[in-house]
Amino acid sequence: MIDEDTQRELLRQMIRARVFEEAMAEVYMEGKTPAFDIAAGPVPGEMHLAAGQEPVAAGVCANLRPGDAVTATHRPHHIALAHGMDMKKMTAEIFGKETGLGHGKGGHMHLFDPETHFGCSGIVAEGMPTAVGQALAFKKQGKGNVAVAFFGEGAANQGAFHESLNLAALWKLPVIFVCEDNAWAISVPKDAATAIGNNSDRAAAYGIPGALVSDNDVTEVYETAAVALERARAGEGPSLIEVKTDRLLGHFQGDAQLYRTQEQIEELEQRDAIRRYEQALVESEVLDSAEALEIWNRARAEVEEAIEFARSSPYPAPESALTGVFA
Amino acid sequence: MTTAETGSETRLLTTSKAMVEAIAQEMERDPSVFLMGEDVGVYGGIFSSTEGLLERFGPERIMDTPISETGFIGAAVGAAIEGMRPIAELMFVDFFGVCMDQIYNHMAKIHYESGGNLNVPMVITTAMGGGYSDGAQHSQTLYGTFAHLPGMKIVIPSNPYDAKGLMTAAIQDDNPVLYFFHKGIMGLGWMTPNPRATDHVPEAPYVVEIGKADVKRSGSDVTIVTVSLMVHRALDAAEALAKDGIDAEVLDLRSLVPLDREAIVDSVTRTGRLLVVDEDYQSFGMSGEVITTAIEGAFDYLDAPPRRLAYPDVPIPYSNPLEQFCLPNAESIAAVARELVNA
Repeated sequence: MIDEDTQRELLRQMIRARVFEEAMAEVYMEGKTPAFDIAAGPVPGEMHLAAGQEPVAAGVCANLRPGDAVTATHRPHHIALAHGMDMKKMTAEIFGKETGLGHGKGGHMHLFDPETHFGCSGIVAEGMPTAVGQALAFKKQGKGNVAVAFFGEGAANQGAFHESLNLAALWKLPVIFVCEDNAWAISVPKDAATAIGNNSDRAAAYGIPGALVSDNDVTEVYETAAVALERARAGEGPSLIEVKTDRLLGHFQGDAQLYRTQEQIEELEQRDAIRRYEQALVESEVLDSAEALEIWNRARAEVEEAIEFARSSPYPAPESALTGVFA
Repeated sequence: MTTAETGSETRLLTTSKAMVEAIAQEMERDPSVFLMGEDVGVYGGIFSSTEGLLERFGPERIMDTPISETGFIGAAVGAAIEGMRPIAELMFVDFFGVCMDQIYNHMAKIHYESGGNLNVPMVITTAMGGGYSDGAQHSQTLYGTFAHLPGMKIVIPSNPYDAKGLMTAAIQDDNPVLYFFHKGIMGLGWMTPNPRATDHVPEAPYVVEIGKADVKRSGSDVTIVTVSLMVHRALDAAEALAKDGIDAEVLDLRSLVPLDREAIVDSVTRTGRLLVVDEDYQSFGMSGEVITTAIEGAFDYLDAPPRRLAYPDVPIPYSNPLEQFCLPNAESIAAVARELVNA
């Protein structure tokens, strides 16, 4: 049984991510109407939002300790926030501002934060070997920390996935692999891309535990991750966790989603994991409706502040593009 | 014998032993240095690049890996950002295709993307070069491909002294460094003998600064710019040219990134003629960059259009006469230098 403080914290982290991404979806469209121009507006470029996938990030990251490392994907915001990344610096980076994490050189797919040992990448499965190496460093340094690699179900067909699982299992490293199966690799459904139903079954190929969370349920994610992390911290090696989660939005903002029906999208919205969890906590009297509303309101205030910080921050000097290639 | 630079005792070492000595001394000095790769343990590296290290440092620090370059080079990136100083060996540079994403999209870009907040202090060692009929996938040099892409330092020693000093510098560097060693300069008993692959090397640790070219032979009539094994070929050519009264200068770049452009311009300013010798493919590569550097920096001093003698733009053939026809050698270098001087 998860204690009540942790339950409230899981809800809070999911709400923060959702509110952040709803705001980002709006900001992203600024300057992009009536004609959509991907380069226009305060937030140009691709924008991959993770609405629906918050239980994975919140459930896993609530188990992490200071110094634990996380690598994420091109869809990184919910994970970065749950892992403790500073929302202001992250937002400023997405706006391409001098005050951003990478002083505007990274962008939303390339958020690097030494403070929280967080990194992400725009190349599918690229962060998995990184997490293996972070775990290798932790083991050599005797730190007792773990590394977590988040990746989508599309990444499980990349060589990097298999090479990472093999190395981590071979060297018994303190790393856990968390597959966010949102069922879609851009427009290609999982059953058209992957030869087996559950990627968690692939753990057997490397002799490590594979756990399946089938209902996008934050409680189950939390508890499953806790087992895997305990095992990793005890020096017993890696685990693979697969969570069947939902991508409520398109692959990126502006995606017309012609590959799925309106009914399919509405069905996903109706089973929204955050609303379900909030309701469950109210019903079990972990919090009342007013307290729940307060969490939403605080998240809105925090997000507004972060966006205001990003908007009001200066752009980097153009010529700074030419510096910082080498240390 | 002692050297003026270090005052240290020297011994005759092969290039491979000099390279290994640098790794061993850095591993003694810094516990965060470790090495991984294919056959780097008991075997000692198929080109003797890690010989004796397993016995000295044990399997925790000298790690044989599976044939899984994306996995272990990617893991080196992760370990480096967590404060380790990994050395990862890519057995042949030709194998870069299976792991270039980790090398270029990840290792080389993290420092920049992070706005300077993260360093990736790691070394990738890799064997390059042909001339022994190993075919199209085990004979390439490819340093131009890597040098084209920002974010990685590229060092290419030609001799034992530089092999040690550049390795020490590479391990101590806070950036990713690719260390290319030519099989033909390692001093291996099973390759065509190369007298320049053995030389006096100081025992004490020392650094050869990355980004500094070296004038291997001073001359006044023509500058021959090259790297690695082709330095040896150029020196042989220079000896032949001297008999004809042509005084060639041989400039060993030693690093491509950063490139010592000043040394190229200085030399060409003095000799007025430039020949670039390149074992890498001719087009879009080192030869073009060096010639451009000379034209931009020493145009008024040029007495003749620069020339280049590079590997032609064809995959590397297996059969000995085919491969040797394509590779620059002392005779072909001397021939082009004569044409250049007599132009």
